[in-house]
Amino acid sequence: MTTYVVPLILIGALTSAGVYLLLERNMTRMLLGLLLIGNAINLLILTVGSPSGNPPIRGRTSNGETTTADPLAQGMILTAIVITMGIAAFVLALAYRSYRLTTEEEVTDDPEDTRVSKLSAEEASALDVDRLRAEPARDTDLPDELDALPGMDGSR
Amino acid sequence: MSTPSVLMPLPVLIPMVGAALTLFAGRRPRLQRAIALAALCVVVAVCAALVYLTDRDGTLVLQVGGWGPTESGMGPLGITLVVDRLSALMLVVSSIVLLCVVFYAIGQGIRDGDERQPVSIFLPTYLVLSAGVCTAFLAGDLFNLFVGFEVLLSASFVLLTIGASKDRVRAGIAYVMVSMVSSMVFLFGIALVYAATGTLNLAELAVRLDGVSAGTRTALFAVLLVAFGIKAAVFPLSTWLPDSYPTAPAPVTAVFAGLLTKVGVYAIIRTHSLLFPTGGLDPLLLVAALLTMLIGILGAIAQSDVKRLLSFTLVSHIGYMVFGIALSSQLGMSGAIYYVAHHIVVQTTLFLVVGLIERQAGASTMQRLGGLAAASPLLAFLFVVPALNLGGIPPFSGFIGKVALLEAGAQNGSVLAWLLVGGGVLTSLLTLYVIVRVWTKAFWRSREDAPEGHLAGAMPLALLDEPEDIQFVDRDQVGRMPIGMVVPTGALIAVGLTLTVMAGPIFGYAERAADEVLDRGQYVSAVLGSRE
Repeated sequence: MTTYVVPLILIGALTSAGVYLLLERNMTRMLLGLLLIGNAINLLILTVGSPSGNPPIRGRTSNGETTTADPLAQGMILTAIVITMGIAAFVLALAYRSYRLTTEEEVTDDPEDTRVSKLSAEEASALDVDRLRAEPARDTDLPDELDALPGMDGSR
Repeated sequence: MSTPSVLMPLPVLIPMVGAALTLFAGRRPRLQRAIALAALCVVVAVCAALVYLTDRDGTLVLQVGGWGPTESGMGPLGITLVVDRLSALMLVVSSIVLLCVVFYAIGQGIRDGDERQPVSIFLPTYLVLSAGVCTAFLAGDLFNLFVGFEVLLSASFVLLTIGASKDRVRAGIAYVMVSMVSSMVFLFGIALVYAATGTLNLAELAVRLDGVSAGTRTALFAVLLVAFGIKAAVFPLSTWLPDSYPTAPAPVTAVFAGLLTKVGVYAIIRTHSLLFPTGGLDPLLLVAALLTMLIGILGAIAQSDVKRLLSFTLVSHIGYMVFGIALSSQLGMSGAIYYVAHHIVVQTTLFLVVGLIERQAGASTMQRLGGLAAASPLLAFLFVVPALNLGGIPPFSGFIGKVALLEAGAQNGSVLAWLLVGGGVLTSLLTLYVIVRVWTKAFWRSREDAPEGHLAGAMPLALLDEPEDIQFVDRDQVGRMPIGMVVPTGALIAVGLTLTVMAGPIFGYAERAADEVLDRGQYVSAVLGSRE
C-alpha cells in the first residue's frame, strides 16, 4: 500500500494547531482546537482505512479501480463527526451561559482548590482545632471551704 | 432466537426507550417517575439473569443485526455485544446502583418539592447515562466502546451542569474539555489500532495484534491507556475529578463517582488482558497505581469539604484497582474485580449519605458541620457503615478486597510489588484517618464548636445549587429525613454488606471472572468460533 505524504502532513498540522488552541483558556479557542483535532483524526481514519482512489459504491469503477473503498472507516468517521458536532453545540451553549453569568468565557480555577492550596500549615491546622467555649464548666464537686479562694465557687 | 440473544441488548434498549418516553411525559411528573423506575427495575432483573446465564454457560455473544462473520478469514463487520462474567458483574452492580440513586433523587424531589427544579430534563438524561454505561460494558469492539463512552459523557455533561449556576458552569467547562480531550485521544488510538490491524473487533484484535511488532503494540497500548487513564482518573491524569464532581447535585455526584471512573477501569482491564497481555507497560502501571493511591489520599487529608474529600478518596482507591490489573496474575485480577464491585457500591453510598447530611444540616463542609450524631443517630449509622467499609476495617468487603490485592502483590514478590503493598497499607490507614476526621468533626463535636457552625445553606434543594448562606438558627426546619432517600441509601448499604456476608461465593465468582478474562482463547473462540 502506498502512503501519501500530503494527508499525513495535513493531519500533523491540524493536530498541532489544535493542541496549541486547546492550551488556551478562552473557551472559543479551546472549542476550535477540539474541532481541529477532531477533523485531523477523521482524516487519519480515512487515510489508514484503505488505499485511496477506490469507488465508494460496490460494483462501480472509479479511475480504473474496482475494489470497494472501506465502508467501515467511512461509517466511523460519520459517527465521529456527529458526536463532535453535538458536543460542539453543547460547548457553545455552555460558553454563552458562562459569558452571561460572568461576562467572560475563560476557564477559571476551582476557588475551593485555590483556597485549600493557599492555606499555610498553621492555617490548615487551625481549621482542625475546634473553637473552645469561653467558659469552662464549673466543678461543683469542690468542698465549700475553698469558696474564699479566688476563682473557686465551691458547690454553691 | 435464544433467551440470551433476546436479553443482551435490553440493558441498552430499555433505558434508551425509557429516556424517549420520559421526555414525552415531561409535563406529567408521576408518569415520568414511574417510567424511569420501571425501566431501571427491568434492567436490574435482566442483568441479574445475565449473571446467572454467563456463570452457567460461559461467554455470551450477539452479532447485532446478524452482521456476523460472513466468510472465513473475515471478522464480524457489525456491532458485537459480548457478555462474560466480568461484564455481567459490572452490569448488575451498576444497574443496582443506578436504580437506588434514581430512587433517591425521586424521593428527594417528592419531599422537597421540585416545582422549580429541572426534573423533566433530569430523568431522561439519567436514563441515557444508564444506557451509555451499559453499552460500554457490553461492547465487543473498540468503536462501540467509544460510542458508549460518548453517550455516557454527553449525558454526564448535562447532568453536571444541570441548573447552569455559576459554579456548575465553571466546573462543567473544565469537565467537558478534559473529557473531550480524552475522547479525542481514544479516537486517535482507535485510528492507529485500525491502521495496524485493519479491525476493531476485540476478539479479532486479540488475534491480529500478536502479529504486530512489540514496539508498535506498546505504543498502541500507551495511547489507549492515556485515554482510559483520564476516564478512570489515574494519577497524573486525575486532577480534573475533584474539581468537577463536588459541584454537581448529590445523586449525580454519587452515580458519577460510582460508575464513570469504573467504566474507565473496566476498559483498562479489557485492553490490558485481552489485547495487550504481554505486560510491556506493567511497571509503569504499577508506579501510576502507587502515586494514584498516595497522592489521592494526601489530597483528601487537606480538604475540609466532605464532598471534595470523598472525591479524593475516590481517586486514591482507583490506585488499588490499577494495582491489581498491573500484577496480571489471577489473584491480582480477581482482587481488582472484587474491589471494583465493592468500590462502586461503597463510594456511591457515601455520596448519597453526604447528600442527606447536606439536606439535614445545610452544609457539606467540616467547618460548618457538627453534632450530627446527636441530631440524627440514624444518619450517623448510615454514614459509619460505608465509611468503615471504605477504610477497610475487617470484616467489611473493603478489607477482603484489599487483602486479596496485598496477597497478590506479595505473591508477585518483586521490589515494586512490595512497594505497592506498603503503599496500599499506608493508603488504607490514611483513608481511615480521613474518615475518622470526618466522623469526629461532623458527628461528634457540637455544632457550636465548628469554626463556621453558625452558617448554613438556605434550603434543601434536590438538583439546583444555592450559594446563599443564612444563619443556621434561621434555617427552616427540614424535618426528618425523607423515607424515599433513606431507603435507597439503606439498600445500597445492604448491598455493601451482602458483598461482605456473601464474600465467599462472590469472590469465587470474581475468581472465575478473572480466569475467564485472563484466558484470551476462550473469549476469541466465543466471538469468532461461531462460524463453524
